[in-house]
Amino acid sequence: MITLLLVPLLLPWAAPALARRVPARCSPVAALWALTVSAVLLAGGSVAALGTLALTGLLKIPAFAALGDLVHPLHTPSERVLLPLAALAAGLLTLAALTLGLSLVRQSAGLRNARAAADRRPAAGDLCVIDSPRPDAYALPGRPHRIVVTTAMLRSLDASEREALFAHERAHNSGGHHWFLAVAELTAHCHPALRPVRDAIRLAVERAADEAAAGTVGDRRLTARAIARAALATNGREAGRPTVTPAATTGPVPQRVAALMAPARPARRAVPWIAALLAACAVLSCATAATGAVRVHEDIEVAQGETGG
Amino acid sequence: MTEARDERRPAGELEAAVLAALWAAGTPLTPAQVQAELSSDLARTTVTTILSRLHEKGTLERERQGRGFAYRPIEDPHGLTALRMHGELDRDSDRATVLARFVDRLSPDDEEVLRQLLEDGPR
Repeated sequence: MITLLLVPLLLPWAAPALARRVPARCSPVAALWALTVSAVLLAGGSVAALGTLALTGLLKIPAFAALGDLVHPLHTPSERVLLPLAALAAGLLTLAALTLGLSLVRQSAGLRNARAAADRRPAAGDLCVIDSPRPDAYALPGRPHRIVVTTAMLRSLDASEREALFAHERAHNSGGHHWFLAVAELTAHCHPALRPVRDAIRLAVERAADEAAAGTVGDRRLTARAIARAALATNGREAGRPTVTPAATTGPVPQRVAALMAPARPARRAVPWIAALLAACAVLSCATAATGAVRVHEDIEVAQGETGG
Repeated sequence: MTEARDERRPAGELEAAVLAALWAAGTPLTPAQVQAELSSDLARTTVTTILSRLHEKGTLERERQGRGFAYRPIEDPHGLTALRMHGELDRDSDRATVLARFVDRLSPDDEEVLRQLLEDGPR
């Protein structure tokens, strides 16, 4: 039973290597869905496994056993490792809940502030311009959806590049991309191995909006140029700000630009094997977690004195 | 893009394009100048209609220039919105997760790659 419950905890470690390869092999929207659904299943499996382990350990304690109407002591295999494992599982679950709660508070405060800032300025259509020397642009979900752009960003792009930028942000809003980002954030708190998957989801979200923008303005190179120019302008101004450690590999922005510079790929029907493998991992994770939970449930029923199921 | 297609775009998108052109210019623009600044082919009358609508909404202010008006965006009096926004940015490193930003931070290598891509592409 314990080995069964360890599988959903170990499987997510296989996800980052797979997730990194998915965007190169699927259309951006397909990649976005494949990554997000897999991340949800993997996160669900690992939380269920942790919960089952913690519950089993809890029922070994006489006070909780009485609360659970256990008339016999709960019999589980590998008694000796169970208690430390259960304690660890309970600790990890608590930690995940705490960091998730903290992130939830910070994110919603950030969103509220961005919303308040946008609502202070008169809008034209869905555009809200903020007079600032720092180039920045983002999609602001909510009612109504907005796109927020600083004057410095507008001035570093020409008219057609601005149209590409707007098309990109509108694609975020119409595609409901903030939901994918929120789910990615949620799953990243459930298992540390899902953090790289969150980054892959973020990249997939940007790629989906890039391709939508290229379709709207009808020019892939123009869209690529707008992204490159905006990125250079943004970073040129950021010299005085705390910098994150430079990535060893090529960062997301050059990947996006390079993908747009390459010719559009014809749509493929077949599911790429890498996405299928990731999905298989995710399903396996949920299946083992569910089987483990059912076994524990049976053990509990026996301990509750029920016979014959 | 053909003129017919641009004229059919949602009014909100046209307003956004006009406001963006005015902010990018940084000086008051006449309808003819706005029309020249836009990437799309809009009729002058359409541009004039959008400008006066934005003026009525309080997004733009205008001044007499020759026989017509020159328009410019109404500024945030004390730059309060920008201050507030950037204060939030600097404090909140997690912002990227809720708000889908157009571009993220670059590493020095990334910057080099982008510069090369821009130089190679037609301008």
